[in-house]
Amino acid sequence: MKVEITGAKIFFTIPYLNIPITETLVNAWIVMALLVAACIWMTKGMKVRANTKKQHLAEFLVNTVNKWVLDNMGERYAKSSFPPFIAALFAFSACSSLLGLFGLYPPTAALSTTLGWSIMVYVMITYTNIRTNKLSGYLKGLTEPVALLTPLNIISEVSTPVSMAFRHFGNIASGQVVSALLYGALLMLNNALFGWLPGALGQILTTIPIAQIGIPAILSIYFDLFSSIMQAFIFCMLTMNYISAAGQTD
Amino acid sequence: MEQAIIYAACAIGAGISMIAGVGPGIGEGYAVGKACEAIGRQPEAKKDVTSTMLLGCAIAESTGIYGLVIALLLIFVAPGMFIGNLG
Repeated sequence: MKVEITGAKIFFTIPYLNIPITETLVNAWIVMALLVAACIWMTKGMKVRANTKKQHLAEFLVNTVNKWVLDNMGERYAKSSFPPFIAALFAFSACSSLLGLFGLYPPTAALSTTLGWSIMVYVMITYTNIRTNKLSGYLKGLTEPVALLTPLNIISEVSTPVSMAFRHFGNIASGQVVSALLYGALLMLNNALFGWLPGALGQILTTIPIAQIGIPAILSIYFDLFSSIMQAFIFCMLTMNYISAAGQTD
Repeated sequence: MEQAIIYAACAIGAGISMIAGVGPGIGEGYAVGKACEAIGRQPEAKKDVTSTMLLGCAIAESTGIYGLVIALLLIFVAPGMFIGNLG
């Protein structure tokens, strides 16, 4: 018996530039294409008075995100171009993780995806901080409460994007690993249960893994459905909290 | 022989690093218990309490996730790296 737990497969490498095209990259582009297609479909042929289902759905989504940002960050950000960013981040993150439901490799199970997002968010946090407090205020904030703690403050600055990325990656990747181990264990159980049956009956029952039916679905509800929506929610929530905290003058 | 020792040491290290899962378990359980108390006392604040609790749980979880990342590195990355160094 063999349990295979691998990272993203490399499909091919672009010659000369040495850029590997991995499953992560391809699946992320699939998700982006689906999201863009959904957005185009929902916003096509809009009317001032909504009379179609898709326009009601689109308005509901936009209102939900606007209210979410308003509750967490206040009036100033809800009016700016911030809600679309949060909506895009949430949809991309949730849909990428939900790809695991269809047996595809979720892009968020690779550290490169989540680290990319968290570095982007970190740049936004630092930009907001510098714009609100000026560069001198930002640098002074690093030496507080005493100058002796500056190294620790710098470490905590770096740990913000690292912890955000590892949290998202760890939750999705651990789900993948646990699911793979469970499938392997159930295959072994199946062989142990039916392997001793004589002749063709035993052969048929061991080639069709009956024990794998049903049980992984229960685990999948937690790891694929709950965990992926939850992590997208938490990533967006942390983004909003960090940025609104950086935007406050003290 | 050296390879076997490397694999064994990496597996033991991965197991030890997952002890980090104890802390978040206790912490999150405590946080959820307190949230239940708060909801019992003030049922109308359920929405706020729940979203704050989930955020707190996510932050409390990060130490456990660090342990998991170290364990994954020890199982999947470290043996190949050390065996490559053997020459």
